[in-house]
Amino acid sequence: MRKFLFRVSALVLAISLVIPLLASGEESILDKVKNRGRLVCGVNKELPGFGFLSQDGTWKGFDVDYGRAIAAAVLGDPDKVEFRPLKAADRFPALQTGEIDVLIRNTTWTLTRDTDLGADFAPPTFYDGQGFMLRKDLGITSLKELAGATIGVTSGSTTELNLADTTRALGIKVEPIVFAETETLYQSYDQGRCDAVTSDKSQLVSRRQSLKNPDDHVILDVTISKEPLGPVTVHGDNKWNDIVSWVVYATFFAEEHGITQANVNTFKTENPEIKRFLGTDDGTGMGGKLGLPKDWARQVIAAVGNYGELFERNLTPLGLPRGVNKPWTQGGLLYAIPFR
Amino acid sequence: MENNSPTTVSGKIPFWRDVRVLRVLFQGIFLLGVILLLAILYRNMLEGLRGLGLTLNFNFLQDEAGFDISEGPIAYDPSDTYLKAFCVGILNTLSISIIGIVCATLIGLLFGIARLSSNWLIRTIAAAYVECFRNIPLLLQIIFWYTAVVAQLPNVRESISLFGGAFINNRGIYLPSPEPTSSLKIWLWFLGAGLLLAVILYIVRWRQLQQLDRPGFPAKWALPAFLIVALCGWFLTPGRPFTLDLPALQGFNYQGGMRFTPEFSSLLIGLSIYTSAFIAEVVRSGIQSVVKGQREAARSVGLKEGQTLRLVVLPQAIPIIVPPLTSQYLNLAKNSSLATAVAFPDLFHVGDTMMNQTGQSIPVFAMIMVSYLVMSLTTSAAMNWYNRWITRIGR
Repeated sequence: MRKFLFRVSALVLAISLVIPLLASGEESILDKVKNRGRLVCGVNKELPGFGFLSQDGTWKGFDVDYGRAIAAAVLGDPDKVEFRPLKAADRFPALQTGEIDVLIRNTTWTLTRDTDLGADFAPPTFYDGQGFMLRKDLGITSLKELAGATIGVTSGSTTELNLADTTRALGIKVEPIVFAETETLYQSYDQGRCDAVTSDKSQLVSRRQSLKNPDDHVILDVTISKEPLGPVTVHGDNKWNDIVSWVVYATFFAEEHGITQANVNTFKTENPEIKRFLGTDDGTGMGGKLGLPKDWARQVIAAVGNYGELFERNLTPLGLPRGVNKPWTQGGLLYAIPFR
Repeated sequence: MENNSPTTVSGKIPFWRDVRVLRVLFQGIFLLGVILLLAILYRNMLEGLRGLGLTLNFNFLQDEAGFDISEGPIAYDPSDTYLKAFCVGILNTLSISIIGIVCATLIGLLFGIARLSSNWLIRTIAAAYVECFRNIPLLLQIIFWYTAVVAQLPNVRESISLFGGAFINNRGIYLPSPEPTSSLKIWLWFLGAGLLLAVILYIVRWRQLQQLDRPGFPAKWALPAFLIVALCGWFLTPGRPFTLDLPALQGFNYQGGMRFTPEFSSLLIGLSIYTSAFIAEVVRSGIQSVVKGQREAARSVGLKEGQTLRLVVLPQAIPIIVPPLTSQYLNLAKNSSLATAVAFPDLFHVGDTMMNQTGQSIPVFAMIMVSYLVMSLTTSAAMNWYNRWITRIGR
């Protein structure tokens, strides 16, 4: 009996030692997603227009739709995606530990994040800038007048750092209050705990709608930073980053060429690049090079539409103008890399 | 010996059947297994980090933090280092913990004694207090104090003013603060003299009580003497030793004076009230553990009510109270990490920001854990020392 017990315990020990060794073996994220049969996407849950859980329990928003687009490209089904709501401060650890496959949570691309945080950025899907929202009746029009004010900001964001940079550059002192939750931040602002709140302008526009009296608040006509927001993948899996990047380019490309959710399946063309894009050319096409089905881009457009449709569906209702988020052909910054 | 073991085996028992050897062997194997497992986990972590292009080190602590911290006992600027930012976090945790422990102890003591009151109303109120606050999750209570109480106070421009010097609004509680003046030095001489006199009086009275072999309060003369000297000094000093710095509305907020922010206040209220409910129970059970006969005996030898409590009950109750009280103190200090919920920049909150801005999660986490560990072990050691001291005096 004792011998038997000894053998069992030895076996258990041996297995427990080997399992972590096996687990460290590299499995590409693409294989992981395919084997799992679903994509895990980190999103915001408190930002109407970009990522939020609507009352009927479905996920909605611009960032959320990009998650669906990636699922459509990889798995052929935009619904095979699981959304994980993340706080600003939790997003990079979640990405680093592999808890999520891709992070699409209005995340700004910066040098430090690209290097020290082990993140790889896909092309920005939304070019934003940081602004300030405050009460109209304060009658403030410039940043200098904010000296001594209490300003609310979310933790773990570039906004927190930009605020410190800007006030130092202007030589004014403000009192920052750093909230972990976006919800608490705007609630406290609404209750008058802070004089102003600073964030990406898109977020200010989005959150102004849910304040008690949206008309009492004004967004200053000042932009203190560049905030290129886009999807992020973990550093070290280049192939996966390629896939995410090209899904983004696919939405740009479709808008440039007038391919929409409605006409993608019937789009008639003799243009060889568009044929390569739609997967109606010969051979394995562009999809094969990415490790995706041949018609991946068609799946993306059929699932969520082109960039313009994504914008119109999610962001136009908030009152956000397209600004620089237009195709380069119309003087904007969206520029698809050639599908060749 | 031979009678006890009739089946004596000739020769030695083989080592794999010798229980004494096996016991050591199994423990050795288990230890080895644990060490191996930890080593493999550590190696895995390093591998994973290398895959992400990250390295583990503490060099980032010397870099410029770049983020601001809303409050702290020392001056801090975004151009300071991460290390200094972390220190501000530690100091904030320490201040909320120490003030919280003092408040929780006082409130807890009050309600603990009230639970034993012979008055039905007082007893019932105390019981309701304890049951209500110790059965609601702390996080919920802190958020309640923050959003439902403190944030509902009037705006800055409609502040509640108390005696013209203190102001309460949803930006905080502003109190006048004493500012030392040049004549403070003269008053300090008076204080020194008063202290000297008090010590002498204390010793004299203590000796007297010893000679009389009577229970009593040796500070009975010393305390009033000190107060009288201090008060005389206050009026005899040319000019006042302190002037009051009154808070005044300037721009967006009140400036000057002393200020408790809503974040600090709501966290302090939440922590103190929650912990005090547990402390009340600790105090009650400690007092009740002293058998009734002890009180009756004390009264029969002619001790007054206060003397019974001070000389008979408390010396026996305190050694029973202190160990669970220590646990409550440790809980309070650790629970202060819920500060994140109300944006108070404590150790964990600042550490969280640091992790996010630098990506050095593991080193920062290690620093946070070590800080809490050192704080807790120090508290524990101090309370154990106090317990030993008080038991030696009591017995």
